[in-house]
Amino acid sequence: MSTPNGNGRVITMGQAIKEALAEELRRDPTVYVMGEDVAEAGTAFKVLKGLVDEFGPERVIDSPISEPGITGLGVGAAMTGMRPVVDIMFGDFSTLIMDQMVNQAAKIHYMSGGKLKVPMVLRTTMGATRRSAAQHSQSLHAWFSHVPGIKVVIPSTPYDAKGLLKSAIRDENPVVFFEDKMMYQLKGEVPEEEYIIPLGVADVKREGSDITIVATSSMVQVSLAAADKLAEIGISAEIVDPRCTFPLDKDALINSAKKTSRVIVVDEGYERYGVTAELASVIADGAFYCLDAPVKRMGAMDVPIPFSPVLEDLTVPTPDTVFEMAKTLCGAA
Amino acid sequence: MAKAKGTKAKSTKPAGKPAGKEDVEDLLQMYEQMVRIREFEDKVNELYTSAKMPGLAHLYIGEEAIAVGVCEALNSDDYITSTHRGHGHCIAKGAAVDIMFAELLGKAAGYCGGKGGSMHIADQANGNLGANAIVGGSAGIAAGAAFSAKRLGTGQVAVCFFGEGALGQGLLYETMNMAQLWKLPVIFVCENNMYNEYTHYNETAAGTLTGRAEAFGIYTEEIDGQDIRVVNEVAKRLVERARKGEGPAFLVCNTYRYHGHHVGDIDRAYYRPKEEELEWQQRDPITILADWIIGQKLSDQSVLDHIQADVKSEVARGAEFALNAPYPDPSEVDTNVYA
Repeated sequence: MSTPNGNGRVITMGQAIKEALAEELRRDPTVYVMGEDVAEAGTAFKVLKGLVDEFGPERVIDSPISEPGITGLGVGAAMTGMRPVVDIMFGDFSTLIMDQMVNQAAKIHYMSGGKLKVPMVLRTTMGATRRSAAQHSQSLHAWFSHVPGIKVVIPSTPYDAKGLLKSAIRDENPVVFFEDKMMYQLKGEVPEEEYIIPLGVADVKREGSDITIVATSSMVQVSLAAADKLAEIGISAEIVDPRCTFPLDKDALINSAKKTSRVIVVDEGYERYGVTAELASVIADGAFYCLDAPVKRMGAMDVPIPFSPVLEDLTVPTPDTVFEMAKTLCGAA
Repeated sequence: MAKAKGTKAKSTKPAGKPAGKEDVEDLLQMYEQMVRIREFEDKVNELYTSAKMPGLAHLYIGEEAIAVGVCEALNSDDYITSTHRGHGHCIAKGAAVDIMFAELLGKAAGYCGGKGGSMHIADQANGNLGANAIVGGSAGIAAGAAFSAKRLGTGQVAVCFFGEGALGQGLLYETMNMAQLWKLPVIFVCENNMYNEYTHYNETAAGTLTGRAEAFGIYTEEIDGQDIRVVNEVAKRLVERARKGEGPAFLVCNTYRYHGHHVGDIDRAYYRPKEEELEWQQRDPITILADWIIGQKLSDQSVLDHIQADVKSEVARGAEFALNAPYPDPSEVDTNVYA
């Protein structure tokens, strides 16, 4: 378990992300950040506030509202010596950039027989319950995870976000980095000294013996809260965070499943054909003979995210729903 | 000549000054490159129709003056992005025909190890960032390469080749906007062969073609794409101003696709009359240049014939090489997915 030794320094997820960008901008002159309102405004979420002061508008670049254009420009720049970090404000706007990511960025290395490469990071957001309604609340990381040639990172803590973003920027491939916009204020220990976290290594966020809850991004916090409640009724839950949907640390998921024999997979993307389906399949395949129950999946409800808070809160897994599912699975209902 | 509605002829003509020795060499080089493309494409058509080539190919025959006229104005480390109709751009930027044939036939010796094929040839060593099978899909890539060149201070220029069909794609306009905002050294070369696949562009493009770029304040010219001397002279000017930091340009080259949208598009009467095809073939780019060279007594017909014969034999050898070359090892199927 890689609980950070932050020497007591606690910062928010947003600050951790900004620190990662600042360190990489300082380290490598070919890194630049481009997106809508990323400079003086510091993004719509104020995550990059102040970054332009140190690096200037030549490296932290406000763009037109042209998602396909800035993504395409990033692909071309990445192919020719730069390391772009493209900021797509809402993950829902992934719809606009799919050609550039799926048909261009993901395939150029392969189509060119390995001659060209696209070392580029696309930062975007995910997560509901911000009362932003159907076009600003989706978690569409499954879409990118489906496409060979792309790596996908979905961090759940400030520590992970910083170390993984630095790795993503140094990676030689297109990497999509999903930040849950409800977690920017989440606090956690992050050391002063530099560190990186390799892509594709899962992390056990809480050790347990009765049931494994595989959780991603904001669902890690939801599952940790559920685990606290489960402990109160004598169920020991292990929380495993894959941290990336690709590369996927299959062994970590399978090993935990073998250890506990019961598994729930929780992810904020739509449940239908989603990340939970893939992870459940990996576990069912790899730990079949050790399982005492079918692998259960919990994702966002298969509806457009509604605006009304009363309705929206029904669409995503919560500590209570995860608790109930775990209790049932452990036969403690 | 079937004059396309909405185009306006510009009186861009090369100066009538006598050609020097260097100019003659340049003209002969351009002649040779156009002949190389023509011979290559004829051979591609032959390979396809004799079922020796998998997939499809989109022939560039008739449009050779644009690729060659523009690429001869570039340095070898300048960038281009190309299209599904990209063999001409690839050859014009310096690719070797034998390695190209190998790629078209899906052989290991091809430019992309057989993984790209006709529509995705990339030749990084010569600045070719790849052909693109998404219409207009490379506009961002070309602008991104220009962005890199500007940020890294390399002095390189990027050329984005696309057909008039790409004028229906939003990405192109997003990219032109940013290119002009940030004065990127990128030249948008619109090869107007008049047909978006099987549909005349009068049915797909409102307004004028040049008006699109002019709306962004981009320097724009519209020229006869069949006269390579015109294309090359204008391209040199646009490249020079881009290199000097004066920003992007938009060049409309009016031209014609002699063959169909792809090699299998043989019955074309439903979308364009045979007479129109024959009229355009009266303005063949290779013949126009040959006539100029002979008419100005810059060289002899025998020299041109010699070039033609040499290229023909080079192309025949290249195709033979590719036909006999081995396919990729099956183990290659999942290499190069990630760098």
